[in-house]
Amino acid sequence: MSKITLKVNGGTHTLDIDPSTPLLYILRNDLGLQGPRFGCGLGQCGACTVLINGVPTRSCITPTSAVKSEITTLEGLAKNGVLHPLQQAWIDEQVPQCGFCQNGQIMTAKALLDKNPRATDAQIREGMARTLCRCMTYYRIQAAVKLAQKRIVAEGPAAVTEVVA
Amino acid sequence: MTPFTKIPKQIEDELSRRNFLQSAGMLVVSLSPLASLAQTAGAQTPAAAPGAAGPYPDPNYKQLDSWIVIHQDNTATFYVGKTDCGQGTGTSFRQMMSDELDIAYDKTSLIMGSTDVTVDQGGSGGSDAIQTDGWPMRRVAAEARRVLLEMASQRLGTPVDQLAVSDGVVAVKADPSKRVTYGELVGGKRFNVALTGNNVDATTGLAKVKTVQELKMVGQSPQRYDIPPKVDGSLKWAVDVKAPGMVHARNVKPPVAGAKLVSIDTSSVQALPGFVKVVSKGNYVAVVCEREEQAINAAKQIKVNWEKPATAPFPASEDLFKYMRAAKPTSVGRPSVVGNPDAALAGAAKVIEAEYDVPFQGHTAISPAHAMADPSNGQMTIYSNDMKSYGMRNGVAEFLGMPREQVRVVWMEGPQGYGRTAADDAGFEAAFLAKELGRPVRVQWMRQEETAWDTKGPAFTFKLRGGLDAQGNLIAFDYDSQAADYNHVGYNEADTVLIAQLMGIRRNPPNAGGGATPNEMYVIPNRRMSSQVVSLPLVWETPLRTGNLRDPNGPQVTFASESFIDELAAAAKADPVEFRLKLLTAGTADDAQFKRARSIACVKAAAAAYGWDARLSPKTVGSGNILTGRGIAYSFRSQTVVAEIAEVEVNRRTGHVWVKRLVCAHDCGLVINPQSLRRTVECGMLHSVSRALHEEVTFDTEKVTSLDWNSHPTLTHMDAPAKIDVVLVNGDPNPNRPDLPHYGAGETTCKPTLAAVANAIYDATGVRIRRVPFRDARVLAALKAAGV
Repeated sequence: MSKITLKVNGGTHTLDIDPSTPLLYILRNDLGLQGPRFGCGLGQCGACTVLINGVPTRSCITPTSAVKSEITTLEGLAKNGVLHPLQQAWIDEQVPQCGFCQNGQIMTAKALLDKNPRATDAQIREGMARTLCRCMTYYRIQAAVKLAQKRIVAEGPAAVTEVVA
Repeated sequence: MTPFTKIPKQIEDELSRRNFLQSAGMLVVSLSPLASLAQTAGAQTPAAAPGAAGPYPDPNYKQLDSWIVIHQDNTATFYVGKTDCGQGTGTSFRQMMSDELDIAYDKTSLIMGSTDVTVDQGGSGGSDAIQTDGWPMRRVAAEARRVLLEMASQRLGTPVDQLAVSDGVVAVKADPSKRVTYGELVGGKRFNVALTGNNVDATTGLAKVKTVQELKMVGQSPQRYDIPPKVDGSLKWAVDVKAPGMVHARNVKPPVAGAKLVSIDTSSVQALPGFVKVVSKGNYVAVVCEREEQAINAAKQIKVNWEKPATAPFPASEDLFKYMRAAKPTSVGRPSVVGNPDAALAGAAKVIEAEYDVPFQGHTAISPAHAMADPSNGQMTIYSNDMKSYGMRNGVAEFLGMPREQVRVVWMEGPQGYGRTAADDAGFEAAFLAKELGRPVRVQWMRQEETAWDTKGPAFTFKLRGGLDAQGNLIAFDYDSQAADYNHVGYNEADTVLIAQLMGIRRNPPNAGGGATPNEMYVIPNRRMSSQVVSLPLVWETPLRTGNLRDPNGPQVTFASESFIDELAAAAKADPVEFRLKLLTAGTADDAQFKRARSIACVKAAAAAYGWDARLSPKTVGSGNILTGRGIAYSFRSQTVVAEIAEVEVNRRTGHVWVKRLVCAHDCGLVINPQSLRRTVECGMLHSVSRALHEEVTFDTEKVTSLDWNSHPTLTHMDAPAKIDVVLVNGDPNPNRPDLPHYGAGETTCKPTLAAVANAIYDATGVRIRRVPFRDARVLAALKAAGV
């Protein structure tokens, strides 16, 4: 056990934990977050995805001790009560079926568009390829990413500015 | 009182609802029909919270109060005994009930599937939510409206026929300033109105439901209410439930199917941090620790000795179809015979034969099985995403030897149902462990465990023969199938769930799944359809146990039958759409619910939406690396009819198939929510594209070897089509009839897709793939063998 300090969604938490514990269990069970979810524990499906310093990261295989930067989870995307354009597009397109994987879909898309707001259709497919959905909402996810992309590009860079420590 | 500190909002709502019903119900004989909530609640000590502490008697479906509560702020809450597997049925129920009650949709909320607060409508299954259960929901809401109008008539001193109601406000037609709201009439009080009906499906009051023309919300597309909390992270799912003192369990499965537990070396784990206990009974083994990651680690570390079974539990997957074809059937379905197929085949100008194979395919839900069980107060509460929560409640009560009234299942959102959670092992395991430990226990399976041991869609082999006369008319059709479906476990029974099997509990005889034959409306004068069930050597404790995988047998059977119809069309030198239409329009007098007329309408609508040009298939194979083609397939499920067209690109060099475009013409009668229906259809088709292209359970002679997303591939973003068109068809000969029924739509679209893709591959390449899945290597080998 050792003391570890995590910065999550703008807050700071100091925890006395086994530092080898995968970040997912700390976020879910110690910090009460429920955006990231267990899907495979192998880094294959993406349901557990969080952003660490803006980089999409599979929290199920990331030892907590390896985390040195700000963590953003699904709960941290909305700012001042306003949903991120991706979240809004997800609602407008009525993307989810069961919705269990959608944390990973949204977080992966967020990192993708932050890095490349003008990603092509092919780049979106490739960028999302390792994030799995067993209800097969892929077609509608891609439509939602493009809708959010259109709005983000139209509104200019301010709409996607993420405060990252 | 149940010692939760983090009770999900939905559960809190349910608990307070339960308190209200129970406390009011206890005093019903001494109170007037409009006994106030305040009066009845006053008889209780609020802190006693009897709803949380139990026991949990069944809500009475013959009481209007069990279905609908009107609040003082003129809002309503509906309580229904169904669950939503992600198709938006909850939103549709609200639309239907709002319409009948005459209250604004956004003034309503809905509680689903928790056994102590909602009547037992069976949870989900068979895509019957809208088709069957929607009717009692509509009728009870209409009855509530009728009762409210009578109350308003008394209050306003005006006959009912001189009143108008809109959005929960009743007004005198001649003087709309005279008005009263539903909330003012009954808000916070009980209706105390008895309903009738011999079973829950037949529940009714005195009121009649509205005509289609009178419905306002039905047919609109309000956004699903469950989506915003799913995209902002605020929804509490079944995986999120926690309780003070809760511990975590992980299972330790036999490494070889059918292995017997010899011994457990508890010392291998008891010094690990957080270790609580090893629990075992029969061949069931679980490790319990204080923290989740500790339980995961302990389950990896524990040393268990197993004894392999004397005989191999099953053939290896590459030998499966050979085994199935040679196996003596455990049961033989009575063939359905029309005319004289043998004589017709003997006299046919052309006879063709083909064999098809579909392997076991898993549910492989995105989240493994999970549940949390709390044994507080001598009761058992299970927080679960079980789609058949009522069945789980009964099953767990029997399994634990507890009275039903002491067991409840609180249904919460979870990963896709599609049948997996109708055999919900984790809920039983959590309840068993919670009872053993006397503490709340959370169980979650690991990925490899889920992919190996979840319930499977049964493997099938098929043999089909068809005969054409000299003019190319289909005069004989002979269908025969074998299904590896001897022990089918789809219903949460106490003697079929996996933990029970591992403990040596046996149902005798097992639930045989039964064979399956195609269902289409084709008119073929001589026809035989027969089916058999075959068993693998290991019947119990097997990872190849079969369950209900989204239309349990339809995708397999329709793959064979609709591929073969295409083969016959090619042999008859006919266009595949025209060939099918000819068979459909040959006409019989038997057209219940206008299924024939609606089938014809769907095939035509799909062809029109695609822009289908009539020609022979295959088309001339092109010279480039990318070969394109299109294929159609048609089917129905219950009363819902679909025709689908797939357009594919086949890479001649790699064998890779991309389903570039999909069209579905879909007739499920009255559509409740067109947008959520379209989404369900899109995803249902893609589920079957995944089954067509990727999915197969592989195994050696000891164990399943497809264990994760590498060894068990699935559809990904790279496979998403460029275009999907969904055409909602109303093929009823009288499309505006006021009693147009609403049929189910959760599974029908899954049926024809595999055949549509196979037919498109044939159209593109001239090569017929008769074995699922159409992975690159299989397609490439077939192309090479055919010299393409």
